[in-house]
Amino acid sequence: MDAKVIKQEGQTLKIVGTSPVRPDGTPKVTGLARYGADFALPGMLWGAILRSPHAHARIRAIDTSKARALPGVKAVITAEDFPEQKFEFVGPERVAVNFWHMTRNVMAREKVLYEGHAVAAVAATSKAIAEEALRLIEVDYEPLPHVIDVDAAMQPDAPLLFEDMITRGIDPPPGKPSNIAKRIEFNIGDLDAGFAAADEIVEMSFKTAPVHQGYIEPHACLARFDSNGQGELWSASQGHFVVRAFTARLLNMNIGDVLVHPAEIGGGFGGKTVIYVEPLAAALSRKSGHPVKIMMSREDVFKATGPTSGSSMTVRIGVKKDGTLVAADGVFKFQAGAFPGSPVMNATMCGFAPYDIPNVRSVGYDVVSNRPKSAAYRAPGSPISAFAVESVMDAVAARIGMDPLKFRLLNACKTGTPTVWGPKHAHDGYAETIKAVLAHPAYAAPLGKNQGRGVASGFWFNNGGESSATVHVNEDGTVVVATGSMDIGGSRASMAIMAAETLGIEYDDVRAIVADTASIGYTHVTGGSRVTFATGIAVVEACKKVIVELCARAAMIWKLEPGEVVWENGCAKPAGAAAGKFEPMPLKAVAAKRALTGGPIGAEASVNAGGAAPGFATELCDVEVDPETGSVKILRFVVAQDVGRAIHRSYVEGQLEGGVVQGIGWALNEAYIYDDAGHLLNAGFLDYRIPVASDLPMIETVLVEVPNPNHPYGVKGAGEVNIVPAMAAVANAINNAISRRLTDLPMSPPKVLAAIHSGRKG
Amino acid sequence: MSKHHVTTTLNGNAVEFLCDTQQTLLEVLRDELHHTGTKEGCGTGDCGACSVTVDGRLVCSCLVLGVEAQGKSIQTIEGMAQGTSLHPLQRKFLEHAALQCGVCTPGILIAARALLARNPDPSEEEVRFWLAGNLCRCTGYNKIIEAVLDAAHEMRGS
Ligand code: FES
Ligand code: FES
Repeated sequence: MDAKVIKQEGQTLKIVGTSPVRPDGTPKVTGLARYGADFALPGMLWGAILRSPHAHARIRAIDTSKARALPGVKAVITAEDFPEQKFEFVGPERVAVNFWHMTRNVMAREKVLYEGHAVAAVAATSKAIAEEALRLIEVDYEPLPHVIDVDAAMQPDAPLLFEDMITRGIDPPPGKPSNIAKRIEFNIGDLDAGFAAADEIVEMSFKTAPVHQGYIEPHACLARFDSNGQGELWSASQGHFVVRAFTARLLNMNIGDVLVHPAEIGGGFGGKTVIYVEPLAAALSRKSGHPVKIMMSREDVFKATGPTSGSSMTVRIGVKKDGTLVAADGVFKFQAGAFPGSPVMNATMCGFAPYDIPNVRSVGYDVVSNRPKSAAYRAPGSPISAFAVESVMDAVAARIGMDPLKFRLLNACKTGTPTVWGPKHAHDGYAETIKAVLAHPAYAAPLGKNQGRGVASGFWFNNGGESSATVHVNEDGTVVVATGSMDIGGSRASMAIMAAETLGIEYDDVRAIVADTASIGYTHVTGGSRVTFATGIAVVEACKKVIVELCARAAMIWKLEPGEVVWENGCAKPAGAAAGKFEPMPLKAVAAKRALTGGPIGAEASVNAGGAAPGFATELCDVEVDPETGSVKILRFVVAQDVGRAIHRSYVEGQLEGGVVQGIGWALNEAYIYDDAGHLLNAGFLDYRIPVASDLPMIETVLVEVPNPNHPYGVKGAGEVNIVPAMAAVANAINNAISRRLTDLPMSPPKVLAAIHSGRKG
Repeated sequence: MSKHHVTTTLNGNAVEFLCDTQQTLLEVLRDELHHTGTKEGCGTGDCGACSVTVDGRLVCSCLVLGVEAQGKSIQTIEGMAQGTSLHPLQRKFLEHAALQCGVCTPGILIAARALLARNPDPSEEEVRFWLAGNLCRCTGYNKIIEAVLDAAHEMRGS
C-alpha cells in the first residue's frame, strides 16, 4: 500500500478541521429524516408492554387468556416465548455480557426485579386495543421486600435479588449469597508506605444519584419477522450489528437471518447500545405473522431503560508539602440496577488515571438493587469516580496552599506514567489541557459576591475495535462512502471529510451513508468515542485501496507500469522514469473510463483498530450561589479537551458543549427519586429536570490537538471525556463560593441551602 | 364507537381525517396523516419535540386532541421550507451545526420561527427563555442559540 497518499504531519490538510454542512442535514431540518418511530408497514400491528407495578415480586402465574380473546389482539408473549440462556459472562470483563441476565431484563421470568420490568407484551390492530389487552392480563405476584440504595443493598440482611449469587472476584469465594455481584481491586506500589510518607492526607466520602442518558427519542422499533425464520428490524440504536446479534440470540435465530436497518437515532449517549423492545417486537411479529411496531413512552424509558449507576464512594489522597502525590486509595460502590454490570471497573481504572501516583489502591463493588439495570452513559463510570477524586484533589490543593491547576500539572500523567491496571500511559495530552485552562482568560477573571470558581480534570480510554467501510467511485467521479457506524452526532460528515481529504477530491463530491447489516461488514457500536477513530481508519484504508486501483487504471490508459503512477491532489500522475510524460489525470477522468479499464472501481476495508489514544479534559466552572434559596447558577464554563485532531470542527465542539451540559445536569438537578415502596416518583421530564437553554451560558470550548500517531489524521475521539470532570468542577466552584463542600449529587437547592446553614466548612 | 371526521388545513393544504376521541394531534399527524417530522419525546408537554403551530399559536401537539384541529390551520416542520428553498432558520441550523441527532430539531425550528414572528430582534437571553420548553440533550444549546440569532439577523436584512 502506498503510504505517500496519506497526508503526514506538517502537510496541509484541505478539508480536515473545517466545518462543512453535514450530508444528512437537510432531511433533519425538513422533518423527512426517519427515526425509529417513523417507520410503518402495510398491515402493521401496534405492540404494547405490560410492566411490573412492584419493585420486587415473585411471579406465581400469568394468565393471558382474556387478553388473547380480545378482538383485534393478534399475539401475546411472555418469557415462555424466549428460550432459556446459558449463565455465562461473555467478552472482555469491562464490558462482559450475560445472556441469562439479558433475556430476564427484556422479559421477567421467575421474578420482577424493578418497577417497570416487562412481564408480557401484546400486538393488536390499534394502540388502544393493545393497551386494553394489557389490562386483561392477570399476573399473580408475590410481593417481596426490596432494596434501592447501594449501601443498604450491601448489608448482610438485605433482601436478595438473586438467592444464589456469590460475589465474584473474592478469593476464597464468600460462603453466603449477597447482592454484591463482583469485587475488583487494582494496586500499584505500597499503599501503607505511601500514606506514611505523606505530609497531608485528605479523605472524603461521596454519594451520587443514578442519572438517565435522557435522549429525547424514546426507544422504538418496527419488526417484520416471517414464519420461515427470517426477519427485518428498523431500529434506532447505537449499533445495528449489536441489535442483530442480541436479538438473534434471544430468539434463538441465526444472525444471518436477521437484517437490521439503521434508522436515524435521536440520541443515545450509551443507552442505546443494548436492546429492550427489539426482541419483543420480533417475537410478536413472528407469532402474529404481521409487522409489529413498539414505541416506549417516556415513563417506560425512565423506569425500564438504563440510567447510569448511582454510587457510594470513599477517596483518600496523600501528598507531600511540595505538592507531590504519594498515595491514593479509592473504594467505589456502584448500583448495577437489577442485574450485574455497572461500569464500576471503568471507574476504578479511570479515577486516578490522570495522575502519576506511585502507590494506589482502587477497589470497586458491583451491587444489584431493585432499580432498572444500568446502561452505558458517556464515558461510563469515569465521571462518577472523577467526582470523588477531583473533589478530594481540590481539597488537597487547598490544604497545601497550591493553585489547583498547577497542583494537577505537577502530578499530571504523561507517556510512560504507570496506570493501576498495568500498562503505562502511551500518550501525552493531559498536561496540554491543564495549560490551556491556565492560559484561558477565564482563569484570571474577577469573581463577584457569592461567586466561586472550580476546576477539575478527567480521563477516558477512548476505543478502537471492529469497523467496516466501503468506498465506491461512481461513473461521474463522485464517491459513495458507506460504513456500518450509526451516525449519532454528525459522523457521516466526518467520514466524507476523511474520504475527500484522502482521495484529494471535493467534500461535496462524497456522499456518506450508513449501510444495513446485510450490506457491509460487521461494525461495533457507536460508543466509546470510537467511530471517527476506528471507522475513520476503515474509510481511509478503503480509500487507499481505491487509490491503488485508480493508479492502476491510469497506468493502463497511459500504457505504463502500475508502479510508474502515483496519486497526488486527486489526480493520477506519472512518476519515476515516466514523470512528466502525461498531464495528471483527475479522478473524474479515470472514473469515466472505468468500463474500458476493468469495470467498477471500489473497495471495502474491515479493521479491528488498535492504537486508540485516551482523551483528557480539564474544565473550569464559575457559579453564583443564591444564599436565600441555595440555587446555583452556572455563570461560565470552559472545557479544554485533547481530541487528537478535530475532523469536523463544529461537531467536535458540539460534543464538548453537549457533554458538559449533561454533566451540569448531573451535578445540579438530575436524580432518580423513589418512594418507600420502590416506585420511581419522577419518571418524566417535568420532574426529572435536564438542563434547558435558559439554565446555561454559552459553553466555551478549547480544542487541544495532540495528534494520535495511530490514526491517519491524528484522531483520538471527542465524544465522552468532556462529561468526566464536570460534576467535580461544579462542586469545586460551589465550595469556592460558599466554603462548603458538597459530596452528595445532585447539588440541588435544598442540599446547598442545608450546607450553607450547617456551618461545616469545606 | 365511531370516529370523528375532522376538516383542517395542514401546511396550507385542505386535509380531512378520521380520528378517535382520545387521539392527540401528534398521533393524528404521525399515524393518520403520515407527517412524521413532528416528534414525540415525552407525550406529556415537557420536551417540545412535538411543537407545531395552530392558527399561528405555538403548542405541544401531544397536548392537543386531533378533533381540536377542526377548522384550524396547522403548521408543521414539513411546511417550513418553500419547495426546495429552506427557511433561513433551517439553513442557519445546518451552517452552525445546530443539530447532532436532530430529533429535537423540528420542534425547535417551529418554536424559533414562532419567536421571530413575534420578536424579530431577540437577545440571547430572550432566545434562551423562549426555547426553554424545547429540550435538546445533545448540543448543550450553544449552536442552536447562535443559529437562531444569526437567522434573525439575516431575516431582518441587517
Ligand atoms: S412530545 Fe409533546 S412535549 Fe414532549
Ligand atoms: S440534537 Fe439531539 S436532542 Fe437536540
